[in-house]
Amino acid sequence: MQLTGDRFTSATGLFGNDLVTLPDFPAEIRAPRGTLHGVSAFQIQFASRDILTPGDEPSVLVAMNPAALKTNIGLLEAGGAVIVNDDEFNARNLERAGYATSPLDDDSLAGYRVFRVPMQTLTLRATEGIAGLSKREAERAKNFFALGLVSWMYGRPVEVTEQWIAEKFAGKAEIRDANLAAFRAGWNFGETTEVFAVRYEVKPAPAAPGVYRNISGAAALAWGLIAASVRSGLPLFYASYPITPASEILHELSRHKNFDVRTFQAEDEIAAANLALGAAFGGHLGATGTSGPGMDLKAETIGLAVMLELPLVIVDVQRAGPSTGLPTKNEASDLMMALYGRHGEAPLPVVAAYAPAQCFDAAIEAVRIAVTYRTPVILLSDTFLGNSSEPWLIPAVDDLPVIDPAFTTDASSSDGFLPYSRDERLARPWVVPGTPGLEHRIGGLEKQDGTGAVSYDPGNHERMTALRAGKVAGIARDIPPLEVDDPDGADLLVLGWGSTYGAIRAAARRVRSRAGAVATAHFTHLSPLPENTGDVLASYERVLVPELNSGQLVRVLRAEYLVAAEGYSKMQGVPFGFAELEREIERRL
Amino acid sequence: MAVAAKDRKAWASGEEPRWCPGCGDYAILAAIESFLPELGVPREKFVFVSGIGCSGRFVYYVNTYGVHAIHGRALALASGLAVARPDLSVWVVTGDGDSLSIGGNHLIHALRRNVPVKVLLFNNQIYGLTKGQYSPTSEEGKITKSTPFGALDHPFNPLALALGAEASFVARTLDVDRAHLTGVLRAAAAHRGTAFVEIYQNCNVFNDGAFDTLTDKQTRALNQIRLEHDRPIRFGPEGERGVVQRGDGSMEIVNVADVGEDALVVHDAHHHDPSLAFALAHLSERPTGPTPIGVFRSVERQVYGQALDDQLAVARARLGVGDLASLLGSGHTWAVA
Ligand code: SF4
Repeated sequence: MQLTGDRFTSATGLFGNDLVTLPDFPAEIRAPRGTLHGVSAFQIQFASRDILTPGDEPSVLVAMNPAALKTNIGLLEAGGAVIVNDDEFNARNLERAGYATSPLDDDSLAGYRVFRVPMQTLTLRATEGIAGLSKREAERAKNFFALGLVSWMYGRPVEVTEQWIAEKFAGKAEIRDANLAAFRAGWNFGETTEVFAVRYEVKPAPAAPGVYRNISGAAALAWGLIAASVRSGLPLFYASYPITPASEILHELSRHKNFDVRTFQAEDEIAAANLALGAAFGGHLGATGTSGPGMDLKAETIGLAVMLELPLVIVDVQRAGPSTGLPTKNEASDLMMALYGRHGEAPLPVVAAYAPAQCFDAAIEAVRIAVTYRTPVILLSDTFLGNSSEPWLIPAVDDLPVIDPAFTTDASSSDGFLPYSRDERLARPWVVPGTPGLEHRIGGLEKQDGTGAVSYDPGNHERMTALRAGKVAGIARDIPPLEVDDPDGADLLVLGWGSTYGAIRAAARRVRSRAGAVATAHFTHLSPLPENTGDVLASYERVLVPELNSGQLVRVLRAEYLVAAEGYSKMQGVPFGFAELEREIERRL
Repeated sequence: MAVAAKDRKAWASGEEPRWCPGCGDYAILAAIESFLPELGVPREKFVFVSGIGCSGRFVYYVNTYGVHAIHGRALALASGLAVARPDLSVWVVTGDGDSLSIGGNHLIHALRRNVPVKVLLFNNQIYGLTKGQYSPTSEEGKITKSTPFGALDHPFNPLALALGAEASFVARTLDVDRAHLTGVLRAAAAHRGTAFVEIYQNCNVFNDGAFDTLTDKQTRALNQIRLEHDRPIRFGPEGERGVVQRGDGSMEIVNVADVGEDALVVHDAHHHDPSLAFALAHLSERPTGPTPIGVFRSVERQVYGQALDDQLAVARARLGVGDLASLLGSGHTWAVA
């Protein structure tokens, strides 16, 4: 099902519609088919204007079996279209899904337009006579039947999908032919039967000129790291332990070794962080990626990186916790951990991506800060950003920031080399092994200011604590101010961070379309916060902070700025819908 | 190669070592400081990485690059460095608690990968820095602060563990035997891949005399079984004792006169099968009687750092040298005018 969703997404992007997707799949790899927990879903919203969310209420639901119908029907808009695979609505499957009677036969679907299509039967018929194809394989092609049908409904281009099927299954002629046949049969079914009264015409969206492609957050983040490596001249060293959903970044990077990218699948999360830190000591761009539970394990090493003052990027693709939690579901509840989750005074910069394609820029920014300030940086993404995709205006390489590692190589004043001396940004020199005359030792024990020698001096420890904190705080001077979108001079500011961006903007747009005044702003830097944050907060009567956690940013804002900001929380494993935010905004106008 | 005293001095960082007076670590430090220059590798190419424990302080005392990392993780950090920078000579200094307890996972995985790192495990069979708890190499029944009724843990046999983890180079030596220690370090330095060296190190404060059997003037000749490649394994003041292999593969100590020299095991450190080295590792479970020292195993196989570099070259050959603009513009794209 995820494959089918991806295909539709690509065809839609190529057609020029703006789109956002929301894949939703079970944690089990081969969850039992037909059961409620085994349902794998893929949601996409596309339109002829810019899209900010995967859509709250889809207008068409394709349900391949009763369980899929049951788990997703609640999302469908009133009067929406339900296309069901009629063949699967047998007694056994109905019972598995917990239906006493078939919803197709009672009036439980009365509020929707229901289309019963025997997809299995039609797929089997379409694939008859393909040499070497088993019945099982033929049945599996039915997802492509559904794809063909939906592609017809929305007038998606056929050729790209056909070409993709031909390439993807090139190694297995019978599967390729079956999928192609099923796809065409689905399309033709829409074209020739008169079952479907409607065919949706969605015109291409107006967009800034340039060359576009669809990109997922995971790929964008990986490419951002590669771009940062190219623009800094530092070879990328990415160490990671397999974990959902962060593994996608490891997979993507490991395909690009021709960029001098070293990927390392470590024995555990702790090793991954240390491997990356070791590579950073050696003058590479050290990065490690994980999801929530892995962050717990990396904490001590991140503290070491704070002490060593070496560049290190730690990517946290957040997921619902605590513990194993909901490994494939979305939540943005690691903010407090990113900001404070280490023993001792261990401040570090935190950057959060806010849209799938923007993960590219966020990764470059995380590297820029890490390298410029010789510090570990936590880069927050989440399950939704990582798995979703959207069209991306491909940037020109020359427009990407140049990152200067500024290695110290000059040993001419070697009698005076001080590994913990500082530049105007309070960053210390980065000297890589192999540099003659600048041999030095660093470690986790407290450093003497300047010399870096081990020091237990009380005054020195307090000074070093302040220097480390001051270095991070000073980054506020080097990041863009918080930008407020407030066309109508509102009293209410909706302030967000991370993947809530789309839902907040969409909700605000709908409120404004009814003449409501609401301002929005979104943080990409969570530590330090932009310098003008306090001024922005002070200029609004009310501040609403919607978060996919129990209210972590709002707590920081209240503590740091003494403002009566209000939180709005959701912890259901799914992103905000714009309707609920719209309601929360309206309540406060 | 003879090393002038002034050269030796250049390899000391000048920071004053802070181990307890009489600690075995001093002897190891002195041996290493005088051995490193003979390798002919410039000082700036060396990196020492350590974890936590008394051994962890080692890095501050040699005038090379160094990282004093966190407990148990030195080998993981060093692996990242060595894999990223195969041009460096990377050495890890660790202890029995650091690498066999909290860092056990990193040790076994580094060994199986064969990363280009030399691992010097200072085994004193005790936690020194935390003031005297039993360690994973302490004997069963050991009375310590945390085990007033005796330790229940069965100890690790570090060499058997390393061999089980597919180590390509495994050796054991003694802190106080400068010549033997230097010889083993020389072999370790020459080895491509991970070299695992267990150094029996006396902690005279919390576990004094643990290795006396092997180091005391009176007893050492009776108990040191010095392994030499391609030589029959025999020991004792007159070489009167030797090692034979039983039918079941295990080893046994015998009087050479009883079996004849031809019956003795001939040491083969380069055998691809680790069984012989494994049996030797188990010849003495504790260093309280005749115990083999020297190089148990030294075989060549793929080295991780080099292999990764080779893979990058393959990727460049197959995909072309990475070009960012073409990567960003790859796949299905469309233009908006
Ligand atoms: S506690 Fe033992 S190992 Fe540590 S420095 Fe003192 S004597 Fe050496």
